[in-house]
Amino acid sequence: MELEAAKMIGAGLAAIGVIGGGVGVGIVFGNYMTAASRNPSLKDELRTYAFLGFALSEATALFALVIALIILFT
Amino acid sequence: MATEANNPMEQFEIKSIVDINVSGYDISFTNSAAFMFAAVACTFLLFWTATRRRTMVPSRIQSVGELMFEFVAGMVKENVGKEGMKYFPFILTLFCFILFGNVLGLLPLGHSSFTFTSHIIVNATLAIFIFVAVTIIGFARHGLHYLRLFCPEGTPLPVAIVLVPIEIMSYFIRPVSLSLRLFANMLAGHVLLKVLAGFIISLGFFGIVPFIAVSAVTLLEIMVALIQAYVFALLSTIYLNDAVHLH
Repeated sequence: MELEAAKMIGAGLAAIGVIGGGVGVGIVFGNYMTAASRNPSLKDELRTYAFLGFALSEATALFALVIALIILFT
Repeated sequence: MATEANNPMEQFEIKSIVDINVSGYDISFTNSAAFMFAAVACTFLLFWTATRRRTMVPSRIQSVGELMFEFVAGMVKENVGKEGMKYFPFILTLFCFILFGNVLGLLPLGHSSFTFTSHIIVNATLAIFIFVAVTIIGFARHGLHYLRLFCPEGTPLPVAIVLVPIEIMSYFIRPVSLSLRLFANMLAGHVLLKVLAGFIISLGFFGIVPFIAVSAVTLLEIMVALIQAYVFALLSTIYLNDAVHLH
């Protein structure tokens, strides 16, 4: 039973890493908004980079999530 | 842990539809394979109906086909350039396969609902194929000069000592992050939907709150399904650009 409890706590701790991903995605899209409103003619070009940055920063958050799931379900 | 039926991971179980056993190897036709066939069939049907009666002023279905074609063609041309267009059919195939895999997985089919992109083995196969193909294309086009990718021209030696291991590591982590991103997105989304849906009945009247949440999250998941297919194809073209043009 103690092992089970420790697993739950560990998974919860591992999920803390998602905070960083949330901040990162927020910064990416926030700066995309700023850039697009300052120079609307570049909007379409910047969208590619925004989604690229979104995907790359989100991946780091998902690594933490996967670790949490591995702890929970193995 | 919850009972078997309420377990949020139950939806990812691979079930055999037709048992096939060849000399000890289990190559059964599973629900995963069935959904892959469905994805291919949907892609085929879409483009077949879109190009069946071609008109100057496109019909509705033709515009959908043209939209997808133009979207991916634009992405390849923008990132890789003219030389990249010979890899365009592969990127379009990849995009459609993942897109329909993600979207078909969101269909509420009860217990037979399944998303094959939520299995890391499927994504890893695609990602490793891209990784190997990009490496081969790079060496075929540039020979040993392709190793310049790890150490750009004019890097001072002290920087190179730090830079080269990082570059090599980031090169080999590509298939891992490419497959893990799609896998984790799909997995997390479907688990979230299932967990939220589990609250609806048990909360009685207040189940309306998770019900609204599930509706919102479903919309979000449709968006994530599109974005992840786009991101997978986009990153493939960017890796391809590294192999075609170095940097």
